[in-house]
Amino acid sequence: MLEVSRLTIRFDGTPALDGAELTVEDRSIHVLMGPSGSGKSTMLRAIAGLENPDSGDIAWNGMSVLSTPVHKRGFGLMFQDYALFPHRDVAGNVAFGLRMQGLNPVAIRERVDEVLDLVGLPGHGDRSVGTLSGGERQRVALARTLAPHPRLVLLDEPLGALDRSLREHLLIEMRAIFNQVEATVLYVTHDREEAFTIADRVAIINGGRIVADDTPEGLWHQPPDGWTARFIGLENLCTASKLRDLGVQPPSVTTATGVIPPEAIAVSPTGSHTAVVAGSHFRGGAYRVELDLGADSALVTWSPIGLEPGTAAHFDIDATRISWFED
Amino acid sequence: MGDSGAMKTRPWVLLLAVPPALFLAYFFIYPLITILYTGLVPNGRFATSAFTEVVTDPTMRSVAWFTLWQAFLSTVITVALGLPAAYVFARYRFPGRSLFRALTLIPFVLPTLVVGVAFLAVLGPGSPFGVDLRGTIWAILIAHVFYNLAIVIRGVGVLWEQIDPHIEDAARSLGAGRWRVFREVTLPLLRPAILSSAALVFLFSFTSFGVILVLGDLHHTTLEVEIWRQATAFLRLDLASALAVLQLVGVTVILLMYGRFSRRNAAELPLRPSAEVARRPRTSGERVFIAATLGMLGLIVVTPIVVLIARSMSTPTGPALTHYANLINPPRASAVFVSPLDAIGNSLRFAIPAVIIAAGIGLMAGVVIVSAKGHSGRLFDTVLMLPLGTSAVTIGFGFLVALDQPVDLRASAMLIPIAHALVAIPFVIRSTVPVMESVQLRLREAAAVLGASPRQAWREVDLPLVSRALAVGGLFAFAISIGEFGATSFIARPATTTIPVSIFRLLGRPGTFGEAMAMAVVLMAITGIAAMGIESMRGSRSGGV
Repeated sequence: MLEVSRLTIRFDGTPALDGAELTVEDRSIHVLMGPSGSGKSTMLRAIAGLENPDSGDIAWNGMSVLSTPVHKRGFGLMFQDYALFPHRDVAGNVAFGLRMQGLNPVAIRERVDEVLDLVGLPGHGDRSVGTLSGGERQRVALARTLAPHPRLVLLDEPLGALDRSLREHLLIEMRAIFNQVEATVLYVTHDREEAFTIADRVAIINGGRIVADDTPEGLWHQPPDGWTARFIGLENLCTASKLRDLGVQPPSVTTATGVIPPEAIAVSPTGSHTAVVAGSHFRGGAYRVELDLGADSALVTWSPIGLEPGTAAHFDIDATRISWFED
Repeated sequence: MGDSGAMKTRPWVLLLAVPPALFLAYFFIYPLITILYTGLVPNGRFATSAFTEVVTDPTMRSVAWFTLWQAFLSTVITVALGLPAAYVFARYRFPGRSLFRALTLIPFVLPTLVVGVAFLAVLGPGSPFGVDLRGTIWAILIAHVFYNLAIVIRGVGVLWEQIDPHIEDAARSLGAGRWRVFREVTLPLLRPAILSSAALVFLFSFTSFGVILVLGDLHHTTLEVEIWRQATAFLRLDLASALAVLQLVGVTVILLMYGRFSRRNAAELPLRPSAEVARRPRTSGERVFIAATLGMLGLIVVTPIVVLIARSMSTPTGPALTHYANLINPPRASAVFVSPLDAIGNSLRFAIPAVIIAAGIGLMAGVVIVSAKGHSGRLFDTVLMLPLGTSAVTIGFGFLVALDQPVDLRASAMLIPIAHALVAIPFVIRSTVPVMESVQLRLREAAAVLGASPRQAWREVDLPLVSRALAVGGLFAFAISIGEFGATSFIARPATTTIPVSIFRLLGRPGTFGEAMAMAVVLMAITGIAAMGIESMRGSRSGGV
């Protein structure tokens, strides 16, 4: 179990991490997500031992690792640009960490073959890394990271350099691999879909602090604040005054925004509110309907039947399912 | 992410800076200062007489004038002939393209004295073309063009390949004719590369020594030759010093201009071609142009080499290896002169310590330059590059006037490899520093998270990546040491005669021109082997970064 407490790192006086707290449970995939400049990569590098914290602690199973140098922490880190060794072939890259552990050549060869099988590159050992495609490089980097059985796997935007279709494919594959080897994983990304697809838990980092830490479902249904709701891309964020126009009373005067889950909006001929249908698109199983409320605001909901754009639609809101935020 | 903070200058880096700094201070800076001192304080008292004499003496003035004039003409002709060749290589694909391109590089790696002897064989007495241009400006200009063409072809060609032909197509579609497009679009885009290549050609022609010594005469001579003559023939150390100082000023101005042009060269082009721009020629006009350009290149580059080899093997009784045999068993053995065979042995013997010193000092300096980021690293880099701009004769002359104190090293044979190393260190640095810089911090970090200690990371990542570059630098140092003439001519004693010095001696004796040519061919062959080694090491870089 990894425990990061009150971690602070300053670069030239500016804090990149400002009292960040995080716990990663054994055999879980924990995603660290945040906008660029939020400190997520710095946090990963600090855990790996590549950055020195100004204050705070990083502990593994209750023991601080701060005084352990990088190469003795036993944490594997996969870089966004993979950082494959250009002067070694695929097997040479994968074997590197095993050689550092002082394994005998036979054991190394067995483990290299095993890991290359695991990432779907059997028999690629003698390929030069310069001749690999982007997806193959990613797999080699993953194999190199996993080969020495790291007690914690750190991944820095591991799919960032790949195109979309390849990303989705590799993401599912990676999740299966991590489950198979029962790895404890901390995975950094800025992409919500990627995070929600692979994560057991998602921590959101902003301005050097962890502002949310929950399961994907919990985060989606109950974001802790408006910023997180906006960042993870929740729809139907409305100002308090707009909601008052819709007949919904905010719980207190300091409440600034509310999020109406699309499924809390029911379109029916007897609905008490009226809006113009701005769009209606079949998304498989149901129609995604946009309702124009005027003054540049709109609500999104799902309807089992298609609605004609430009016509009026009636709907009700289940006010009890609205999440309220003060920001 | 920001700065990793991991690359702080460590104390051991400062320790590594000590040997290169001491080496440079004692063997380069101190001699230069002594030259200045010798010029300004000729007889223990401050006097500007040497400088006044240099500036007012009509002979000196004509030497200075000729130096500038021939350098200017050499530059103009080299650029004029280099541009079409650069264009052909940048824009067209044709059979034998890479062969021709490699061919254009040969002259640049040849020692100056070989170039001088080769053109003496082509244009001097007994020329197969029935001319004798020795002692005319023509022989000098042609040799300089031969020697420097590669600078323009490479320097301009690299930029030309990066100019998107669509820019030119756009200009044509806007109504500009071919010539207008070249003048108003292509030429302005190429300007920085043309100017920086021209500055280099000018610098090399300005400080030309071996070529002028062989092909020129008393009226067709450069400051470089005049420094050598004043110092070694007339023992006027004060005059030679004043000339060296003046030449150094000129070299500094040229180098500053080169620095300005090449910085602009590095500016980003607005558009870069997405794909390879070179294509097969389509019209017969294009084919004729390519054929004519390649023919011109072949004539300039191949003729001197072929004629040199042919004449080295020709005797009054037909082709034979007599001259080569005479190198081994000199018919007119002399007690004073070392036999050519011994000179070959000397050269190879000096090359070994020269390579070791250059590689060792260069590697230490490279590590310092890469580790000490910021101003101090750049300053160190610039200072270590200075010997490259300084003429070889100045370096040799500096040794002569400075190294008798505090310890008289002038009789030491080690001085020769030290001079060679001084010239070669910049090449070692230039071939290793870019590789060391490209060993990204990431790779070291990757090694560390995989369990490698800092020392293991250096051994496993840095060393294998840098060793190949160091071998290339070492081969450069070898080629330089084997061919160096300007500095060696000052410090070589009869017993320490090297191949180039031996060629020069053979040229100066009556009846041994054939042997001189044979020796030049031997030198050319040794240099060629080193150059091939350099090319193959560069080409076969594994992994492909």
